[in-house]
Amino acid sequence: MNIYVLLKRTFDTEEKITLSNGKINEDGAEFIINPYDEYAVEEAIQVRDAHGGEVTVVTVGNEEAEKQLRTALAMGADKAVLINIEDDVENGDQYTTAKILSEYLKDKDADLIIGGNVAIDGGSGQVGPRVAELLDIPYITTITKLTIEGQNVSVVRDVEGDSETIETQLPLLVTAQQGLNEPRYPSLPGIMKAKKKPLDELELDDLDLEEDDVEAKTKTIEIFLPPKKEAGRVLQGDLADQVKELTGLLRTEAKVI
Amino acid sequence: MDFSLSKEQQMIKEMVQDFAEREIKPIAFELDRDSRFPEEVFKKIGELGLLGIPFPEEYGGSGGDTISYAIAVEEIGKACGGTGLSYAAAVSLGSSPIYYFGTEEQKQKFLVPLVKGEALASFGLTEPNAGSDAGGTRTRAVLEGDEYVINGEKCWITNAGYAKTLTVTAVSGKDERGKNIISAFLVPTDTPGLTITSDYDKMGVRASNTSQIVLEDVRVPKENILGDPNKGFKQFLYTLDGGRISIAALAVGLAQAAFEKALQYSKERVQFGKPISQFQAIGFKLADMAMEIELARNMVYKAAWLKDQKKPFTKESAYAKLFATEMAFRTCNQAIQIHGGYGYMKEYEVERYLRDAKLLEIGEGTSEIQRLVISRQLGC
Ligand SMILES: Cc1cc2nc3c(=O)[nH]c(=O)nc-3n(C[C@H](O)[C@H](O)[C@H](O)COP(=O)(O)OP(=O)(O)OC[C@H]3O[C@@H](n4cnc5c(N)ncnc54)[C@H](O)[C@@H]3O)c2cc1C
Ligand SMILES: Cc1cc2nc3c(=O)[nH]c(=O)nc-3n(C[C@H](O)[C@H](O)[C@H](O)COP(=O)(O)OP(=O)(O)OC[C@H]3O[C@@H](n4cnc5c(N)ncnc54)[C@H](O)[C@@H]3O)c2cc1C
Repeated sequence: MNIYVLLKRTFDTEEKITLSNGKINEDGAEFIINPYDEYAVEEAIQVRDAHGGEVTVVTVGNEEAEKQLRTALAMGADKAVLINIEDDVENGDQYTTAKILSEYLKDKDADLIIGGNVAIDGGSGQVGPRVAELLDIPYITTITKLTIEGQNVSVVRDVEGDSETIETQLPLLVTAQQGLNEPRYPSLPGIMKAKKKPLDELELDDLDLEEDDVEAKTKTIEIFLPPKKEAGRVLQGDLADQVKELTGLLRTEAKVI
Repeated sequence: MDFSLSKEQQMIKEMVQDFAEREIKPIAFELDRDSRFPEEVFKKIGELGLLGIPFPEEYGGSGGDTISYAIAVEEIGKACGGTGLSYAAAVSLGSSPIYYFGTEEQKQKFLVPLVKGEALASFGLTEPNAGSDAGGTRTRAVLEGDEYVINGEKCWITNAGYAKTLTVTAVSGKDERGKNIISAFLVPTDTPGLTITSDYDKMGVRASNTSQIVLEDVRVPKENILGDPNKGFKQFLYTLDGGRISIAALAVGLAQAAFEKALQYSKERVQFGKPISQFQAIGFKLADMAMEIELARNMVYKAAWLKDQKKPFTKESAYAKLFATEMAFRTCNQAIQIHGGYGYMKEYEVERYLRDAKLLEIGEGTSEIQRLVISRQLGC
C-alpha cells in the first residue's frame, strides 16, 4: 500500500507564546510535530506493518522542518519529502499548502493519505479536506478508528463527542483525531537508522508551480493573545441570594444570558 | 570546536525527555516512598534501545556515542534519581566491562541480551571491608579442574536483585612479588551457592535496587574469567572511569530538576509583597545554580567526547564526576532553601533530589577518591 502522511512543524502551544511586531515570536519557542500529525504517522506505520507498502511523510515548510521529518523517519516512516517554500512564498495560507501538496501528490497513486485533524497553531482543519478535493478523492475527518480490508475501509469518526461509522473505499484521505492510537517513541535503532533513510527536498519549481499559483486566498489582519484570565470570584451569603446574584452577573457583567 | 549536538543527539534528548516525563516522572514519588525498583519501566527502556546506546549494532546496540548515552542518563535522572542510577549502572557497570574485555563468545552469550534490553547485569566490586580500597578484595577464586570456585561477599551492588549476570572481582592468586592478583568473573545469577538479598533501607536513590551478594562455593567454568586474568584491577579502574561520566550526567539531571522547580517556585512565591525571585539573595542563588549546572554539563560532554575520540579521559571523567556531584548536592540543597518550609516537605519533591544526590558523592569512587585520582594524574 502506498501511504502518505501530511505533517506540519508547529510551535508547542504548551510553551509560553509571545508576540512581537504583530507576529508570533519564533525565538525561544519550542517546535514539535503537530500532535495530531503524530497520530497520523503512527497510524500510517501500523497500516503499513499490517498490509505492507511504504510510508512517505510530506511537509510544506522550510529547512527547519527536516528535524520533524527525521523524527517521523525514526518512528518508522520509510521516506520523507520536504517541500521547501522559504524562498518562494512569504505569506501562505491553507490554500497555499493544500495546492502545493496536491500538486506533489497528484501523480503518486496514493492509496491512503493521512493528516492531522487540525494543526494546533492555526487550527483551521482545512488542509486535509482541501487536498482531497483537489485530488478528487473521498475524505473523512477526525477519525478515531481505521480498519482496512482489501479496498474496503471502515472508519469510526468523532462527531462532537459521539461517534459515527462510515464505510468507504481506497483511495482515501483521512484526518486523525486524538484517540486514534498511542504514538510510539522513536526507538534508538530507529533514530540511528533515520539518517540513512531518504529525505528529498523539493521547491515550487520542481512541481511546475509559480508563486502566483499558490498565492494565499486570505489575509491576516491582526494577531493577538487571548485576554488574560481574571481572578475568579467566590459568591457568599444565603444560597438563594447567591443564585440571584449569579444570574444577575451573567446578564450584566458576563453578558452571556 | 563545535558545541552543538548532532541531529541524532538532539533526537535522543527529545525522545528520552518525552519518555521520562511521561513514564517515569509521574511515579517517581511513589518509587521513592515504597523503595520500589520499576521493572516495568526497565522493560520499556530496553524496548526503546536505551540499554544499547553506546554499543555497536553487531551486538544488538545502536552504535551511539558516549555523549548520547550521557544525555539519556541526564534525562532519566532528571525524572527519577534512583531509576537514573539503575540505568547508568546497567550500562556502565553491567554491560560495558563485558564489551570492553569479553571474548567474542562471552559477548554473544552475555552481552547481547543486555544490550537488547532483555536482561540486566551488575558489577560486584565493593565488599564490607573493601570499598575505596578495592585492592583489598577478600573474595577468592580457586581453580579446580575446569572450574573456578568462588567464595566471598559483596555489598551494595546495584541491580543485582534483578540481574541475570554478575561481574564479580576476586583474588585469583599472587604475582611474583607476592601481591594479590585480582580477576573478574562472569557469574550467572542462577548459579548454585549464590545468595542475593535486597534488604537495605537507603537514604536516597530508593527506586534503584541495591543488593548484598554472598558467594559460597560458587562454581563457574574456567572460560568465564573476564579479560586478562592478571589485569582485573586495571580493568575495573577503566570501567569506573567510564562509569564516572554517567554518574556525573546523573548529577546534572538531578540538579537541573531541582533548579527548574526552584526557579518556578521563586517566581510564584510572594513574600514581603513580591515574588521571592526578585530578592537579590534568591536571584543570586538561582544564578549560581544555573551557572554551575551548565559548567558541569560541559565537563560531562567533554569527558564523554574524549572517550569517544579514544583519547585519555581518566582525569576529565574524575573532574566531571567530582564537580557535577558536589554541584548537585549544593544545588539540590539550595532548591530546598528557596522552597522554605515547603521544600522540607516530601510532597514538594526537592528534598528527594537532595537525598538522591548524596549517593553520587559516594558511589563509583567517593569525592575524596576523585581528588586522589586527579592528584595522581597531576603527578602528586
Ligand atoms: C546505593 C549504592 C550503590 C552502589 N552500587 C555499587 C555497585 O553497583 N557495585 C559496586 O561494586 N559497589 C557499589 N557501591 C559501593 C560504592 O562504590 C562504595 O560505597 C564506595 O566506593 C565507597 O566505599 P565504602 O562505602 O566502603 O567507603 P570507604 O572506602 O570506607 O570510605 C569511607 C570514607 O573514607 C574516605 N576514604 C577512603 N579512603 C581514602 C583515602 N585513601 N583518602 C582519603 N579519604 C579516603 C572515603 O572518601 C569516605 O569518605 C554502591 C554503594 C551505594 C551506597
Ligand atoms: C518542621 C517545621 C517546623 C516548623 N515549626 C513551626 C512552628 O512551630 N511555628 C511556626 O510559626 N512556624 C513553624 N514552621 C515554619 C517556619 O518557621 C517557616 O517555614 C520559615 O519561617 C520560612 O517560611 P516559609 O517556609 O514560608 O518560606 P518563605 O518565607 O516563603 O521563604 C522562601 C525563601 O525565600 C527567602 N526569602 C523570603 N523573604 C526574603 C527576603 N525579603 N529577602 C531574601 N530572601 C527572602 C527565604 O529565606 C527562603 O529561602 C516550621 C517549619 C517546619 C518545616
